[in-house]
Amino acid sequence: MTTNTNLNLRAEVKDLSFSYGPKKVLNRVSMPIYENRITALIGPSGCGKTTLLRCFNRMHDLYAATNYDGEILLHPEKRNVLARDVDPMEVRMRIGMVFQKPNPFPKSIFENVAYGLRVRGVRKRSFIEDRVEKSLQQAGLWSEVKDRLPSPATALSGGQQQRLCIARALATEPEILLLDEPTSALDPISTTHIEELITELKKDWTIVIVTHNLHQASRTADYTAFMYLGDLIEFDTSDKLFTTPRDPRTENYITGRFG
Amino acid sequence: MKERFIEAILFLAATSSVFVTFGIVWILVKESIPFFAHVPLGEFLTGTEWTPLFENARFGILPLLCGTLLSTAIALSVAIPLGTVAAAFLSEYTKPWLREILKPILELLAAVPTVVYGYFALLFVTPLLQKIHPDLGGFNVLSAGLVMGMMIVPYVSSLSEDAMRSVPGHLKEGSFALGASRFQTIFRVVIPTAFSGMTSAYILAISRALGETMVVSIAAGMQPNLTANPLEPAATITAFIVQVSMGDLPHGSIGYQSIYVAGLTLLFLTLCFNVLGLWLRQKYQEKE
Repeated sequence: MTTNTNLNLRAEVKDLSFSYGPKKVLNRVSMPIYENRITALIGPSGCGKTTLLRCFNRMHDLYAATNYDGEILLHPEKRNVLARDVDPMEVRMRIGMVFQKPNPFPKSIFENVAYGLRVRGVRKRSFIEDRVEKSLQQAGLWSEVKDRLPSPATALSGGQQQRLCIARALATEPEILLLDEPTSALDPISTTHIEELITELKKDWTIVIVTHNLHQASRTADYTAFMYLGDLIEFDTSDKLFTTPRDPRTENYITGRFG
Repeated sequence: MKERFIEAILFLAATSSVFVTFGIVWILVKESIPFFAHVPLGEFLTGTEWTPLFENARFGILPLLCGTLLSTAIALSVAIPLGTVAAAFLSEYTKPWLREILKPILELLAAVPTVVYGYFALLFVTPLLQKIHPDLGGFNVLSAGLVMGMMIVPYVSSLSEDAMRSVPGHLKEGSFALGASRFQTIFRVVIPTAFSGMTSAYILAISRALGETMVVSIAAGMQPNLTANPLEPAATITAFIVQVSMGDLPHGSIGYQSIYVAGLTLLFLTLCFNVLGLWLRQKYQEKE
């Protein structure tokens, strides 16, 4: 495993194991997450990549019989987000997430983006308006929706909905943005839009993305982690991992021999 | 051939309730027409006294309408908040095993005969209220309305819970992922999303409260009384119908016809609320 000392660490996964009841899904995973870089998690279905992603914002806490073992340290203060005394709600305020299927709330476009601010108790109208506009601009959606902010978000197209969900996650200015196969439910054109957007976003954000699409990982991600059956097999820069993989399992997967 | 036969049976089954409804409307209208030959519609709608069985009979529907709406309003002010909160608790907070126990118990409330609720209101709730407010009479709308509200809680909670549980998990996860608490998620995402389904629950509860007979007949006093004060006795449309039909009115007399007119009014009222509910539902579905 290579670690790059020229880059700032934004988070660090250390010896992380995770289980659903008796079933172990992650097995002592360790990896760095670099600031202002895109890290992709790839691997065949059931390898634990989505499970790993959902550890970052403690989504597993919503369900019974889940167990974390190990640490995810949030830099610079090296706070372990998995610690028992850390409130998962606080973690989710610092780490945003975009889901596989666009999931706008049945509210207006404006209220969708404002949601995160509202649940934090932000009341100031002008502040919310500014932030909504800024987030929609960052998500590349502003020009398309600026004249219809009060109309229902569900009337948008799938690709627009997903960009809205990205804007919604950005509105609270999280430290890390988690993307769980954000384009798997979208058509190729919307997918291209989102990929360009993600590349654009890394200027300001640290991004972790789960993807099934190897081209997407090699095109957009700076670092890629290949996972298999709950183990982290290989972590490297995307360039190296996709051209000169060290592990035969990685090679088999990226050349399409399984998965 | 066999297929067509089955189709016909299914069609009949599906339309039977429509036929019954039309039959009821027809009878009510037919028996009401002679009544209105006797009593002008204006007097019926604006009269403030309802004394069809007295020597000097007056036929103003307002006191009955007032009693009906007042008892319904009290019942709903109990049933809607309680039922909604119970539904939110059952669908979002409880562990499955606890829900399996609580839900049937709650639904049992709907299985208790209404006459039992009537005496419960008269002999238990009213004395209890009298401890707080000693001037309260033995018959009053408040006690009947409160008990009626308890009675219809399961109608609200059961349907609302179904509506809340059908809210897709990815919407709830979306809310949690933005740092929302469980409470915020329920009130800002789950309930607004489930609202069109919840309006059906509310409409059913309203219809149930409007049509409720036993509880108000027993506990509210059967005195047509034009008042908005829940501490006074009053009669509802249904209570009047029961009262009259228990006596021996000559067929075709004006008192006899007045039951049909009262029934027609009640039907119209229920219809209004159903239309309102339908409209609300569509309005909220459009927003989704």
